[in-house]
Amino acid sequence: MDFFKRHFSVAFLAVIGLVVIAFIGVKANLQLLFGVVIPYLAILIFIEGLVYQIIRWLRSPVPFRIPTTAGQQRSLGWISRDLGEKLDNPANTMQTLGRMALEILAFRSLFRNLRAELREMPETYAGGKLVYWSYKWLWLGAIAFHYAFLVVLLRHLRFVTEPAPAFVNLLGEVDGFIQFYVPTVYLSGIVLVVAGLYLLLRRIYTPTLRYISLAADYFPLLLIISIATTGILMRYFIKVDITAVKELVIGLATFKPKVVPGIGVILYIHLFLVCVLFAYFPFSKLMHMPGVFLSPTRNLPNNNRAVMHVNPWNYPVKFHPYLEHEAAYREAMYEAGLPVEILPESAEKEE
Amino acid sequence: MSKNGDYKNEFGYFAERPQVASKLYDSKYVLAGLVIFLLVIILPLVPNLGKSVPAPKPDLNTPAIMKLPEKERKCVMELEYMRASHMQLLNDWRDQVVRDGNREFTGAGGKKYLISLQNTCLECHSNKTKFCDQCHNYAAVVPNCWGCHLDREKKQVARAEAK
Amino acid sequence: MAKVPTPKELTRINYRPPAKSWMDTKPEFRPGVYLNAPSPKWLEMIGYPYPRKWSVPDEDWHLPPDWKEIILAGMEDRLKRFRTLKLFFDICVRCGACADKCHYFLGSGDPKNMPVLRAELLRSVYRRYFKTAGKLLGEVAGARDLTEDVLKEWFFYLYQCTECRRCSLFCPYGIDMAEMTILGRELLSSVGINIEWVMASVASCYEKVGHIGATPHAYKDMIDFFAEECERITGILPEVTYNRKGAEILFIAPSGDYFADPGTYTYMGYLLLFQYLGLDYTISTYAAEGGNFGYFISHEMGKRLNAKFYEEAKRLGVKWILGGECGHMWRVCNQYMTTWHGPATFLEVPKSPITGTVFEHAREHKMVHICEFTADLIHHGKLKLDPQRNAHLKLTFHDSCNTSRAMGIFEEPRYIIRHVLPEGHFFEMPPNTIREKTFCCGSGSGVNADEYLEMRMRGGFPRANAVRYVHDKYGVNHLGCICAIDRAVLPTLMAYWVPGMEITGIHELVGNALVFDDEIERTTDLRDRDLVGVGKAEEAEGEAEDE
Repeated sequence: MDFFKRHFSVAFLAVIGLVVIAFIGVKANLQLLFGVVIPYLAILIFIEGLVYQIIRWLRSPVPFRIPTTAGQQRSLGWISRDLGEKLDNPANTMQTLGRMALEILAFRSLFRNLRAELREMPETYAGGKLVYWSYKWLWLGAIAFHYAFLVVLLRHLRFVTEPAPAFVNLLGEVDGFIQFYVPTVYLSGIVLVVAGLYLLLRRIYTPTLRYISLAADYFPLLLIISIATTGILMRYFIKVDITAVKELVIGLATFKPKVVPGIGVILYIHLFLVCVLFAYFPFSKLMHMPGVFLSPTRNLPNNNRAVMHVNPWNYPVKFHPYLEHEAAYREAMYEAGLPVEILPESAEKEE
Repeated sequence: MSKNGDYKNEFGYFAERPQVASKLYDSKYVLAGLVIFLLVIILPLVPNLGKSVPAPKPDLNTPAIMKLPEKERKCVMELEYMRASHMQLLNDWRDQVVRDGNREFTGAGGKKYLISLQNTCLECHSNKTKFCDQCHNYAAVVPNCWGCHLDREKKQVARAEAK
Repeated sequence: MAKVPTPKELTRINYRPPAKSWMDTKPEFRPGVYLNAPSPKWLEMIGYPYPRKWSVPDEDWHLPPDWKEIILAGMEDRLKRFRTLKLFFDICVRCGACADKCHYFLGSGDPKNMPVLRAELLRSVYRRYFKTAGKLLGEVAGARDLTEDVLKEWFFYLYQCTECRRCSLFCPYGIDMAEMTILGRELLSSVGINIEWVMASVASCYEKVGHIGATPHAYKDMIDFFAEECERITGILPEVTYNRKGAEILFIAPSGDYFADPGTYTYMGYLLLFQYLGLDYTISTYAAEGGNFGYFISHEMGKRLNAKFYEEAKRLGVKWILGGECGHMWRVCNQYMTTWHGPATFLEVPKSPITGTVFEHAREHKMVHICEFTADLIHHGKLKLDPQRNAHLKLTFHDSCNTSRAMGIFEEPRYIIRHVLPEGHFFEMPPNTIREKTFCCGSGSGVNADEYLEMRMRGGFPRANAVRYVHDKYGVNHLGCICAIDRAVLPTLMAYWVPGMEITGIHELVGNALVFDDEIERTTDLRDRDLVGVGKAEEAEGEAEDE
C-alpha cells in the first residue's frame, strides 16, 4: 500500500470505527457512557490539553523579534504609509493588534495566495516562463469552512442555555433565511460540509498535497465532515426528540447529568464524534487555532531598531577582539599608514 | 582543536551554556487570552449552573381531551413519531391540502382525520402556550405555523373584534 | 566542474511528485546540486566542532560516533530556547499555500523543496522523539527515525533554502522556514556538517578583513584605489580615513562591495557621496565586513561576527553607524543586533549632520541604512543630481529578500532611483514578484558557491523570469539592487537567463548623478561607459549655475 493509501485509509477507518463504536455502544445500552461520561471526559481533556500545550509553548521564550514584514517600514516621516502597509508591517502595538485581527478574522496571509504555473514556450530563449495569478479558492474554502463551523457551534448554544440567548435565535434566523424545507435548512451546515469536502478533495487530488498529507491531515477533516453529516441527517432525515436531546445536554451543562431515554442512536454517534474531536484537538494540528495568536512572525511589531527586544538567555560570545586583529597586522598596518593602538616599537618592547 | 571530543554544544567553552530560566514567557498576555477563552466557554453555562432545568411537559389537560374516554386519548400518529417528526407531518398536511386538495388523513390506528391544523390539532390541543410553545421555547425553535394560522385563543379575540 | 544544463533543458521542470513516498526517497548528490564539505582549517579557526576531511558524495561522512545523541540533545535544547521552533513544528496544517512560493521548488520541481515538506524533514524527527503519537505510531503519525540518510537529506535540503522567508509571507500562521533552516543548520554544525563556502567566509570574516580574508593594508589599498578611480572619472578625489578616532560616523559596507565588480562601483558611489557632503566619517579595518556569513550557520556565529560593529564604534568613539547596501546584513541589523548587543549606550541617536534629521526609528539601534540616509538628503534638496548621466540605463529594481521581508525598506531605494534616473527609465517587474513578494536571487544564505551552479540557476529562475519580462517588454538593461550578494550572484544568473542584463547598486547611480562644483567634465559613468549626450547636459548645467 502506498503512502497516500496508508495514511488516508488509517484516517478513514478510524472515523468509521468511531461511528461503529458509538452505534454498538448505544445498542448495548451504554447511554450513560456515551451521553454523560465521555462528553465530560472529552471536555476535560480538551481544556486540560489546551492549557498544557499552551503552557508548553510558553516555557520557551521568543528570543528574537522576527516579524515577517509585508509593507513599507516606518522610517522617515515623509514616507507615507497607508493603512494596509501599517497593518502589514506594524510599527507599534496597535498596528500589530490590527495585523493579528486581520490574520485571525480574515486570514490575511492566505488571501495573498498566488498560483504559479510554468508555461512551456519552446521558441523562447529560456524555453518557458513562470506566470502567477491570484488564487483565492483556498482562502475562500478555508474561510467558509471556519466561519461555518463557528456559526454551527454558536447555534448549538441553544442546547446548553435556557432560555437561549437572543443572538442564538437571531443567528438561527439568519442562517435559515432561505426558509427552505422543514425544518428550515441552515446554510452553515451545508457550507461546512461543502467546504470540508473541498479541503479534503484538494488534498486528495492535488498531487503535491497528496504527497505531503498525513493521516493527521485527513482524520480531522473526515471527522468534521462526519460530524456535520450526522448533524444534518439528524435534523432533516432521521429525526430525534429534540426536547429530550436538550434535556440531556443541559443536564451536562448544569452538572446535573442524567440519561434521558428515547433518543435515537444517531444523536449518540454525532455526540461521540464531537467528543473525539474535542479530545483530539490539543494533541493535533488543530492547535493552529491558539497557535496563530502566538506566531512570532505575526504578533510582534517591526520596531527592533527603536525599541530593544530582550532575549532572556542572551549570553556573551567569544569574538575576535580588535587588539588581536591589530596584533596580527600591526607592522603592516603601521607601514600602510593605518592608525594603531599600540605602536610596533612598544609592542616589541613588551615582548 | 583538541577539545573537540568534549564539545558539548555550539557555544564552545568561552561562555556558560545559556540557561533558559524555567518560567512562562509572555505569560501575562497569553494566559489572559486563555482565561478569556475559557470564560467565554463557561459564560453560557453560568445562568443555569447548579440549577435543574427540567424539560417542559406538554400539557394535555384541555376540555376536548378530557371529554374523550381514556382509551381514545391518542394523537393521529404514535407518540414517539409525533415528538420527533410532527413538523414533518404538518408540512405534509399543508402540501396535501394546498397542492392536492386532499383533506383526509388516515392515522396510525386506521382512523380517518380531517387534515387541518386549526380544526384537528388545535381542537384537542387548544392550549397553544402550554402545549406547543413550552417546548418550542425550550428548544429555541421558531415554527412558522403562526404566520398564517391563528390559534384558538386569538381566533376568539378576532371574532369578537369582527363583530 | 559539473556541466550546467542549458536554460531550455533546465525549464523542463516536472512538478509532479514521484510515486514513492517522501520518507523512502533519498537525495541524489550529483555535481552541481550539492555544496562542498569545508576544509578543516576553517572550523579550527572559529572553534567549530569535528573538523575533519570529508566529502559529500562519499558514503561515509565520518560523523562523530554519538552524532545522534548530539543532534537530539541539540534539538531539545533549541526547542527550549526558541518558541518559534516548537510552534512551527506543532501548528503546520500542511495546507500547501507555501508550496509554489519557494524559488527552489519552482526551479527544481523537487517536492522536498516545498517549504512544508522541507520542514517535515525536521518535523518527522521531532515527532519521533518528542511527541507521544510519533513515539507510539511511527510512520502513520508522520514520524521517522533519525538515521544517517535523514541527516544527509537535511544537509541537502537545508542548503536548498536561502532563508528568504517568502513562504512565511504566505503561510496563514506565519511559519518561517528560514528560522527552521537556521536552527537545522545549527544542528548540522554541531556534528561537523557545514559547507566550504560559508565556513571559509565565516573564518575569514572572523579573523581577517571581510569574507575574502584580506589584510587591513590590502583592504586600505582597495578602497584607496576606488578613490583614485573616482578621481580619474570625476576629477574629485574622495578623502578616505581609516580607523580614525573621533569621527562622527562609522561606515560599514559589505565586503562584496570592495571585493568584485559591480559592487565596487557601488563603493565608489558611497565615497563620492560622502566626499560631496564633506561627511565626518571613517572606515574600519576591523569592522570591515557588513555582511554576516555567520548568520547562515547559526545564531551564535552571527552574533560573534556582528559583535565587531559596536566594539569598533565604541573604540573609535563615533556617534553612530552608517550601513551600506546589503541584504542579510540588514536583516541581522534590524532583527537581531540590538537584542544581541544592545543597548548601545555609548552611541547617540543617529542624526544626519547635513539635514538635521533625527532617525527616530533607529534610536536604539544607532545605525542607519544608507538608503534611508540618502533618501533623506534628496528629500531635503541637499544633493545636486543630474539624472541624464544615467540616461543609458533602463532600470528595474530587485527587492532583496532580507530587506523586504525582514525590514520593509521599499520606498527609500525607489525614491533615490526616481531622482537619479531620467523620467521613464525605471520599470517595475510584475507586482507578484516585487516588494514583499519578491523572489530570491537563488544564491543567498551562503550557497553562492561555484560548485552549486545548477542549483543556483534553478533557484534564480523565478527572479530571472520576471527580469526577462521587463527586459523583453521595455528593453530594461539594468537590474538595480541593494544587496551585495545580489551584486555578486545576479551577474552570473543574468548571463545565464537574461544575457545582456547588467547589475548595479543604487549608490553607483547616485555616484553617477552627483554634480560636484569642481568636477571635470564627465564623459563616462563610473564603469567607464560613455554617457548619453554628455556635452549638452553639462552645458545646460553650466547655464543654470550662471543664472
